[in-house]
Amino acid sequence: MEFLKHTLPNGLQIVAECNGQAWSTAVGFFVRTGARDETDEIAGVSHFLEHMMFKGTPSRSADDVNREFDQMGASYNAFTSEEHTVYYAAVLPEYQLRAIDLLGDILRPSLRGEDFDVEKQVILEEIRMYEDQPPFGADEKCRALHFGGHPLARSVLGTAERISALSVDAMRDYFRRRYCACNVVLAASGRVDFDALVAAADRICGSWEPGSGNRQLGPAAPASGFHVVRRENAAQEYVVQLAPGPSADDDDRYAAKLLATILGDETGSRIFWELIDTGVAEQASLGHFEYDDAGIFMTYISCEPGQTASNLQRVHDLFAKVQQQGITPEELSQAKNKVCSRIVLASERPKGRLFVVGGDWVQRGEYRSVRDDLDAVGQVTPEQVDDVIRKYPLRHSTTMTIGPLENVDQPQ
Amino acid sequence: MIQSHIFGNGLVLVAEPMDWLESAAFTILVPAGCIHESPDRGGLSGFTCEMALRGAGPRDSRQFINDLDCLGVERSESVGESHTRFSAATLAGNLHEALTIFADVLRRAHLPADQLEAGRQVMYQELRAVEDEPAQKVMLELRRRHYPDPWGRPSQGDAASLKAISLDDIRNHFQRAYRPTGTIVGVAGRFDWESLQDHVGSLLGDWQPAERAELAESHHPAPYQHLSYDSNQTQIGVAYASVPYRSEDYFPAWGAVGILSGGMSARLFTEVRERRGLCYSVYATHHTLPHLGGVFCYAGTSAERAQETLDVLLAELQRLGEGVEEHELERLKARIKSALIMQQESSSARSGSIARDWHHLGRARTLAELDALVDALSSERINAYLAANPPRQFTIVTLGRKELEVPLGVS
Repeated sequence: MEFLKHTLPNGLQIVAECNGQAWSTAVGFFVRTGARDETDEIAGVSHFLEHMMFKGTPSRSADDVNREFDQMGASYNAFTSEEHTVYYAAVLPEYQLRAIDLLGDILRPSLRGEDFDVEKQVILEEIRMYEDQPPFGADEKCRALHFGGHPLARSVLGTAERISALSVDAMRDYFRRRYCACNVVLAASGRVDFDALVAAADRICGSWEPGSGNRQLGPAAPASGFHVVRRENAAQEYVVQLAPGPSADDDDRYAAKLLATILGDETGSRIFWELIDTGVAEQASLGHFEYDDAGIFMTYISCEPGQTASNLQRVHDLFAKVQQQGITPEELSQAKNKVCSRIVLASERPKGRLFVVGGDWVQRGEYRSVRDDLDAVGQVTPEQVDDVIRKYPLRHSTTMTIGPLENVDQPQ
Repeated sequence: MIQSHIFGNGLVLVAEPMDWLESAAFTILVPAGCIHESPDRGGLSGFTCEMALRGAGPRDSRQFINDLDCLGVERSESVGESHTRFSAATLAGNLHEALTIFADVLRRAHLPADQLEAGRQVMYQELRAVEDEPAQKVMLELRRRHYPDPWGRPSQGDAASLKAISLDDIRNHFQRAYRPTGTIVGVAGRFDWESLQDHVGSLLGDWQPAERAELAESHHPAPYQHLSYDSNQTQIGVAYASVPYRSEDYFPAWGAVGILSGGMSARLFTEVRERRGLCYSVYATHHTLPHLGGVFCYAGTSAERAQETLDVLLAELQRLGEGVEEHELERLKARIKSALIMQQESSSARSGSIARDWHHLGRARTLAELDALVDALSSERINAYLAANPPRQFTIVTLGRKELEVPLGVS
């Protein structure tokens, strides 16, 4: 396994973790732009633009783009988050060049007005789909309340009203500002020919404007509160609870992941034994998510509506107990085994490594091998976890319930 | 090379070494699927699986999960029509220990009385979760209507049958169905075949077989059904008959569905989403039972565009019957070949594939064999199949605010 990097004169960065033994090659463009870089007028544009990237370029029609990906037999897709937009493909090694050629080309899209109008309908359908399925938008609504005026409050999907009103010119302007070379990382993993990768990137992306790619950063001032949203025809009640946690550049993040595993992993965690094993909830978990300038612990519960208040109380009590008594060394060692095993299993596919290598670089400008991550997890002490518990009290949270209930008792 | 061994009690061990991986994975198919439930005990297989994981052999339920966590085992279970599936992946060095724990689940589950009600609550929760997932709801109903009973049953059961299930029902089901005859243990990843065979033999070699009852089938076709539901979108499900995996016609039938839906250049995605912007999600998938196959299509769209979406979907199914083009097949082959090679990166994927292969064929196909079968696929072959078996006699289920018009003669 070898890590290599290169920066083009216009600032576009290329990173690769090369494994000559791999069966496939994964390549992806990681763009440092997402919902947090939007304003009210263009809310949802990052995600809409991600769709438009597949609609053709000066030299390719939309059909050409889809056909060429399929001709390579690529496993490909794209996704948009609060902070990043990622376009990727996993291919057989002989298609490395064609994959970069195609991905690089679609990142300079035509953004034609008529395609924009058709795709707008698809985006609106996607919004309606999420409105119809759990947790019925509670995740984005809760995030908005939690982060208040901070850019991380923004919704990735946007709303039907905003998307309907969005103009293609506003999208073109956003594209010009955000998809500049200095905001883009080309990452690769698996069986990579790095020299060829750099040469292709230079040919395809070398003429992109360098740009500045500024992002507004600043500390979040997370709110706390309790909100009940009624959705009469839901069968279950859904709860989303957000509390502050370590951010992406905070070394506490490993301890935070282990704490979330101990308290709220899908099996074997304290929440599992209290809510899932007993059958009082359908799902219940705690996860840690990290961003440039903030982090969150997210609790998620779905259950029979009548059990919502008692489940919230159970979780509240679990959080109170860990606050007072901390965690045990046995729990920590068990969580480490789980997390380390997951890291190794997820790393077996080049596609799995791509998201880690590209994600680490676009977020922190840092390369971490599988070994580095295993070591970082292995070295976390019970004291460090207790420290995270003290710094980030889980009970200081924004809570939203959505479902048939009109009122839900707050935990005491 | 794929290795296999059939033990004296009928248990099958099939294993594929992948020495380049750090992991090993197994998939155990136990012949405890929902076709073996009596109609008033729907959900019994799922409930039994839930209870079997609540302690087995020397471990109570807490010790069971703690030990798997300490071994770093990633696991999942599911109930299908024929089998209950137990899957696990872990670092190669922990494979034998993980198998030991699961052998206890298969043979010495406690099925503890004091956890029966907790287990029942888990089952109710799952059932209720489906109520809030309109896309899943429509596809479960489609399958139930399309296949002859008991093959289309949902694994979740229903509230009345879950309520009626007793501990004796669970214990009897476990006694009858958790047996070596029909059980397949698929293993893939890094392991030593000799010692794996010895280990599985020591764990399961003296497991006692039992007789199985014959299944009776009944079919009550209902071509179109609308389920009224208060939602933004209307969910559309369309099914038609196909051939099973063991059929000689399987690859042409499956290939035709791959041309209909698969990559983003496939017909449904192109015509329904890309050209018309009618929906976000549209697909068709080929499903196989031991003796029957089915193609299941889905589209979800807002109520006012649902009729057009159904019309376009049906028109595409009709057009598929007229044949496919060579260039479409070339893309399909590229996708499949690439997917086959990438299966070599996942011990979990391979362990599942070889176990399923054995269930359908009584042997496991190697990736090279699959590759050759894909190579041999021609557009003439697919078109000959489609000419003899055009998509027709549709089963249609919609869910939403308004019923749709199904053209006469189509269903």
